[in-house]
Amino acid sequence: MNRACEGVAGMEVIVDRVWNNFKKYRFLLAELVKKDIKLKYRRSYLGILWTLLEPLLTTAVLTFVFGNLLGKGGRTYPVYILTGRLLYTFFSNSTKAAMKSIRKNSGMIKKVYVPKYIYPLSTVLSNYVIFLISMIILFFATIVFDIEPTWHLFQSVIPLSLLLVLSLGVGLILSTMAVFFRDLEYLWTVLLMLIMYTCAIFYHVSDLKLGNRIWLFKLNPLYLIIVNFRNSMFGNPLDMEALVLSAIYSFAALIFGVVLFYKEQDKFIMNI
Amino acid sequence: MKKNEVLKVENVSMKFNLMEKKVDNLKEYVIKAIKRELRYQEFWALRDISFSLNKGDRLGILGLNGAGKSTLLKIIAGVLKATEGEITIKGKVVPLLELGAGFDLQYTGAENIYLYGAVLGYSKEFIEEKYDEILEFSELGDFIDVPVKNYSSGMKARLGFSIATIVEPDILILDEVLSVGDAKFRRKSEKKIMTMFEKGVTVLFVSHSIDQVQRLCDRSILLEHGRMIANGSTDEVSKIYEDKINS
Repeated sequence: MNRACEGVAGMEVIVDRVWNNFKKYRFLLAELVKKDIKLKYRRSYLGILWTLLEPLLTTAVLTFVFGNLLGKGGRTYPVYILTGRLLYTFFSNSTKAAMKSIRKNSGMIKKVYVPKYIYPLSTVLSNYVIFLISMIILFFATIVFDIEPTWHLFQSVIPLSLLLVLSLGVGLILSTMAVFFRDLEYLWTVLLMLIMYTCAIFYHVSDLKLGNRIWLFKLNPLYLIIVNFRNSMFGNPLDMEALVLSAIYSFAALIFGVVLFYKEQDKFIMNI
Repeated sequence: MKKNEVLKVENVSMKFNLMEKKVDNLKEYVIKAIKRELRYQEFWALRDISFSLNKGDRLGILGLNGAGKSTLLKIIAGVLKATEGEITIKGKVVPLLELGAGFDLQYTGAENIYLYGAVLGYSKEFIEEKYDEILEFSELGDFIDVPVKNYSSGMKARLGFSIATIVEPDILILDEVLSVGDAKFRRKSEKKIMTMFEKGVTVLFVSHSIDQVQRLCDRSILLEHGRMIANGSTDEVSKIYEDKINS
């Protein structure tokens, strides 16, 4: 009984210490997120407008190719594509940026103490802010395509939060491993492609002749999150199975990412 | 920790694992792991270092190249984690980044003041308070709104120095950086360091220049191959150092 109490007390001390440290660097986190966003568009002509333009253009292309040329989708097809595309783009951008974040800040890491998790964390957060801005496009698309808002819309908070948790977890894992293995970036690009094609962005899973093999899709947490995001957008209740599965995957990724990062972070400086 | 102590280094040792051949991609790592060819060579950069500093002490750290001076400073700054031993610190440690190694080059000087201040752990309000003082000391004027990548090395040094000193550190770490900038700025920065001494800032100073150490530091330690072989007044220790160089 005593050892259990000690264990809990020990945990409390660690959590306390980490929390106090975090409070001390709150301003730095905000500054790093601000900097990421500011500098992303500083030298480009259209600036932040690209965040809105890019999904619009890619959706138009996808609608044309798969909608008009291949005859799929239905009236609200562009919105269907957009819901998948926006979420996937955030996942892809934030995990890629997090993966490079330690190496990118190597100069700073070698000189001053800063809690290192702040680097992948700030890149994921800055990408999340940009993602939320890009949702404006989705908002306009729902108006254009006459999609009626229902109270299910409020449920979108859940998949959107899980998306952040998932990206953080995966980002932490990637940022740790990329310090030791430089070729991870190439590997991840290929894996992202696999993830993208199994997210059902521009097709309906029901269109595929899968039979029993539909469980393959349920291994993709991003697919499950997109399913529920689409449910909330199109006025359907959340798919409970998808919700539970995606929550398990996302939090598992986060916990694994935190533990892995924490264990290996002291070795970073000798590899960057 | 005694009442006046601000830094206590206890039996600190630092071990590095040097790979015989650098393996930094997955394929080679897996192959070598399977073939059991992952060999490390242990390198002890520091062995059993112990000393303590009181508030206002100015410690010079002397030693030849490879003695472990920068490694020791990195451990005190929190950048490296010591393999063995313990470090206890009371107060804020600010390392002076040479030529602004912590700056983001795309950001302007002004933006970097906030960024660097945040990196050092200061709040927004505090930096806003000190902003004008920093700007004035750096003598950068209108250039403060220019991206740092367009700065000369002297300008970067001035900006970095201004931020690190105006923000009132408790412990200041100087790793061979007082030799940057032109003669005028060097004199100004030494003067600023002296006023900081009077305010009771504790300083750790690494330099190859025995003269500078003798001028600025009242105490010194001498490192050789990772071990501390002398710890005392600067006069004593610098004499031992000079003997070693000349022997």
